[in-house]
Amino acid sequence: MKILRTILDSQARHFHKGGKLEAAYPFYEALDTFLFTPGEVTKGSSHVRDGLDLKRMMVTVVISLVPAVFMAMYNTGLQAHRAISQGALPLETWQTAVMIHLGLGAFDPGDLLACMLHGALYYLPVLLVTFLIGGHCEALFAVVRKHEINEGFLVTGMLFPLTLPPTIPLWQVALGIAFGIIVGKEIFGGTGMNILNPALTARAFLFFAYPAEISGNKVWVAAQTSADGVSGATWLAEAATLGHQVLLEGLSWWDAFLGFIPGSMGETSTLGCLVGALILIVTKVGSWRIMLSVVLGSLAASTLLNAITSETNPLLAVPFGWHVVLGGWAFGAVYMATDPVSASHSNSGKYVYGLCIGVLAILIRVVNPAYPEGMMLAILFVNLFAGLIDYFVVQANLKRRRARYAA
Amino acid sequence: MLEHYLGLAVKTIFVENMALAFFLGMCSFLAVSKKINTAFGLGLAVIFVLTVTVPINNLLFNYALKEGSLSWLHPDLAGYDLSFLGFLCYIGTIAAMVQIVEMTLDRFVPTLYAALGVFLPLIAVNCAILGASLFMVERDYNFGESVVFGLGSGIGWFLAVVALASIRERMRYSNVPPALRGLGMTFILTGLMAIGFMAFGGIQL
Repeated sequence: MKILRTILDSQARHFHKGGKLEAAYPFYEALDTFLFTPGEVTKGSSHVRDGLDLKRMMVTVVISLVPAVFMAMYNTGLQAHRAISQGALPLETWQTAVMIHLGLGAFDPGDLLACMLHGALYYLPVLLVTFLIGGHCEALFAVVRKHEINEGFLVTGMLFPLTLPPTIPLWQVALGIAFGIIVGKEIFGGTGMNILNPALTARAFLFFAYPAEISGNKVWVAAQTSADGVSGATWLAEAATLGHQVLLEGLSWWDAFLGFIPGSMGETSTLGCLVGALILIVTKVGSWRIMLSVVLGSLAASTLLNAITSETNPLLAVPFGWHVVLGGWAFGAVYMATDPVSASHSNSGKYVYGLCIGVLAILIRVVNPAYPEGMMLAILFVNLFAGLIDYFVVQANLKRRRARYAA
Repeated sequence: MLEHYLGLAVKTIFVENMALAFFLGMCSFLAVSKKINTAFGLGLAVIFVLTVTVPINNLLFNYALKEGSLSWLHPDLAGYDLSFLGFLCYIGTIAAMVQIVEMTLDRFVPTLYAALGVFLPLIAVNCAILGASLFMVERDYNFGESVVFGLGSGIGWFLAVVALASIRERMRYSNVPPALRGLGMTFILTGLMAIGFMAFGGIQL
């Protein structure tokens, strides 16, 4: 370690003001603070000593994502293998060729390692493209605008691939993350200054720009599902068309809870998200207020909607317990809604913010036939109003204080 | 019946938001959204003007302008079609209403009156307001529907402008590239907000 420190210190002068490589300072800084605790401290009068800096906070989020990443790889492979064993053909992609070349052409759904490998072959390229392209955009802005490259991008870059279907074309991944990083974050000034969650902005952009590759029934399983009567639809979509009885007949709740269902790569496992939530809450990185109120909001909305009986909309009858384990609900509630930058900042505001997301997510799922998945759009929508919620909290506080001191 | 009106209200507030789905009323939307207070005031004024003018224009259209609509006056007048005067009449109604709002604000809330400045009389030429009247004619709303439509459009625009103002107040902490500061950034924000509002696109009511 000492050698590393010495090397970094000896090279530091090139990167500081007046040095030869001044423009590359953000890269030097990023490497330095990634490896070591920054040596600089706050200048000026406000001085808070706290072990939790931006870096540690973001890295905690990344750690909490590990179960989701693991599931992303395993489940992507598992779903493909299950579909293939039911008669679907493997996709004509290099991933399939690699699998066959390695002698794993049987696509056995019981083989844990083969599933992991097959899933990784789909997940890792997406992750790689995200970091390459997103990292480039981030670095470019950092160099030109002279701010630091920080770990905020690490989180966005981890979250974004997990929200995508395995069959997404890589150029779309690149386009999406570039949009998310530049328009969603960098033009606001970088980490901590944005309004919308950058990962969700990227996903919503892709969702509206290229609906064919990110919604529908064919993209969620990495196999040719539409042939041979093997369904590759998500269970939410199935429930929307066939009624929620299909859930009870075709799927065990535990399968959905553990995440062995088709869907975006990282979102399927509610258990994985629960583990992540635990880590975030214990380390106080994620706000339990937001998570709790999202749960309460969804519970209220789905209970209310269950009371309505309708012939035409079978989703109305889906109970809360199923909503939680299907689609991106858990992933959104744990990782997306709790983004401290785009959420409401005040504590009482967080309750309102979470409630709105919970209610809206279920409402969009049930009422809007165009989008069976409502979590992403609900969070984005409420992001827009997060500042307004804070404003009313502050105004209420002002009013209370005035009343107290008026007497 | 109530369900129909409720559906129409939800549709006009969220699904077909005047500002973020049709991008109407942009000039005051972009200009009077720097502070929540003023945006709030302008939004309320727009709600009022819309709620009043759309039904009035509805009556005007149905009882004076539409072909055959003058027959209640005298059977001989049934042959006249005055709908070519539509624009003129609608704008007249709107201008009169805006005058009333302006005088009321001047008298009772002079601070808001001063803060809104030129944009208050400009409501008269705010395309969201005329647009609502024209949509009303085009979609053939009856009187009750046009009340709900006017109110809903107003609330939708109000929500959008207040949300934009809250975001812009929050962006005090942001560090926008110099070239984009001000209107440029606000245009991009409007686009991002429209993505958010697309959550409701496709809802059939």
